[in-house]
Amino acid sequence: MSSVASGTGMEVVAATRPRRYVDRKSLIPLLLFLPPSLILFTLFVVLPMIDAATFSFFDWNGYGPITDFVGFENYADVITHRNFGTAVRNSLIVVAVSLLIQLPLAMWCAIALAERGAHINLIRVLFFLPYMLAEVAAGLIWKFVYDGNYGLLPAIGGAIGVDMPFVLGDKLWVIPAIMLVITWKYFGFHMMIFIAGLQSIPNEVIEAARLDGVKKWQIVRHIKIPMIRSAIVISVFFAITGALQLFDLIIPLSNGGPSHSSHTIVTFLYQFGILRMKLGFGGAVSVLLFIACVIVALAYRRILFRVEQN
Amino acid sequence: MTTASKKRRPIISSAQWISLLVVAAFVIVPFYTTALGGFKEIGELRVNPFGLPASWDPVRFTEILGGPRYFSSLWNSFLIAGGTVILSTLVASMTAFALAHIKFFGSRFILGYLMLGLLFPAATGILPLFIKMRDLGMLDSHWGIITVQVAFSVSFSVLLFHNFFKELPKELIDAARMDNCGYIRIYWYITLPLCLPIIATVGVFNFVGSWNSFLLPLIVLNSEAKYTWPLGIMQFQGQYGSDWPRILAFLTLSIMPAIAFFLLAQRYVISGLTGGAVKG
Repeated sequence: MSSVASGTGMEVVAATRPRRYVDRKSLIPLLLFLPPSLILFTLFVVLPMIDAATFSFFDWNGYGPITDFVGFENYADVITHRNFGTAVRNSLIVVAVSLLIQLPLAMWCAIALAERGAHINLIRVLFFLPYMLAEVAAGLIWKFVYDGNYGLLPAIGGAIGVDMPFVLGDKLWVIPAIMLVITWKYFGFHMMIFIAGLQSIPNEVIEAARLDGVKKWQIVRHIKIPMIRSAIVISVFFAITGALQLFDLIIPLSNGGPSHSSHTIVTFLYQFGILRMKLGFGGAVSVLLFIACVIVALAYRRILFRVEQN
Repeated sequence: MTTASKKRRPIISSAQWISLLVVAAFVIVPFYTTALGGFKEIGELRVNPFGLPASWDPVRFTEILGGPRYFSSLWNSFLIAGGTVILSTLVASMTAFALAHIKFFGSRFILGYLMLGLLFPAATGILPLFIKMRDLGMLDSHWGIITVQVAFSVSFSVLLFHNFFKELPKELIDAARMDNCGYIRIYWYITLPLCLPIIATVGVFNFVGSWNSFLLPLIVLNSEAKYTWPLGIMQFQGQYGSDWPRILAFLTLSIMPAIAFFLLAQRYVISGLTGGAVKG
């Protein structure tokens, strides 16, 4: 075989070229095109995560050398921290409310609004508006709505003769109040994902079912929803990762209060790790959050892959 | 056939319309009361929550517009978001181009490495990131925020550009190479002009993300003069406590640019903010 290939010079060149790592002509473009993103990504995304893991085994306040090795003590501190359980529980409640209330609402709106029409487009844009609004602004708007003295809620309560509590200052009400804001803020985003899915269903399928006398609700249940499974999986994924990194909305609304009852994982990290410059403790929270995110992301890829194969 | 079938049934039944209007009210009422609240006296908020204000005195609005804070915080946000968009578009499209069109050993590995960023939100490592920025002298600067935001956006932007570049006809690149056109010129003169739609998608996504971002500027910026608008509005609210008419006026003025942008470019904004999600 090799004796045949070495018959002429041309063939030798052709045979060796693929073995070279880089074509000479592409070396300069590669050296120009790749390093910016690789350096930035490594320096500000990958290394901080590695640092977080390192810090999590030390007791360090951010200044001077890192020498105080404490093993898994920081992890123990985080897990036994009085408010960590609350933060995890709240994040899980956000996921549950998203799945049980927000996504069904989004789906219901999407099914009504997947058709074309001028009014329909207007409503779609309106429903999407809260999503593109900054979380901080949305949080402040609702802080006003809930304000016990001058807000909308006590005004409504006064009009119907009910004395409304200061919901954001009430341990019992603060979580439902935040959930309502989350639903308001994000259902339009999920609705748009569902609409994109619904519009990709071939018209003939729906038309055929209708001609066969299938009822509207049954079309939704047995044709439309099963056909946009991958859009639903994407939505669920965004609802979960959104819950894991919820921060901006909580700070203006309740700042984690009252008495630390409305923390999420990231506000917990901010309150007890960043503000107090406890690098080890914060590192441990980061690592736990990282593990949770990676598990969700990998599970999502598997599920999405399976859904798309069916 | 389609016209006949459309006439046969109303697209949305009246029961559906009524429920949609209820949802629409739920969405709109907070905006509506915020916008009107800036005109009302504080006592009026309680007794007249939904009605029009007793007088349309714009004094709070003009005071804010005349003050130093409003325009400077919006301008800071604009500089940061603009810088982030320009740089992230360049950096990500260059990398995606190299990975999609230049054959070299390890390209798949590099793509996989960059995609690791999709597994976790960049905010996860925010505390060590703060230490890193401090050690590099990047704190309290707009450039520091831009640099880090570009780094945060690399994974997702490269993914979107890469998917798009892969779809471009291979003959186009091959033909240019035959004519002795180098990769850098192919990138600049052939690929970039063809990928304007994806530039719009990635650009809107990164612009809105940067415009709205709060956690990163919060830990990076110290001097008030450099505050972005989310920081500015939080500070304003902290300062005026429960002087709600004033806060609502500031809030209204602060969200107006974003809403105007959204209404003008709604198609791009919606596809930018969801298109990535649907395709990615």
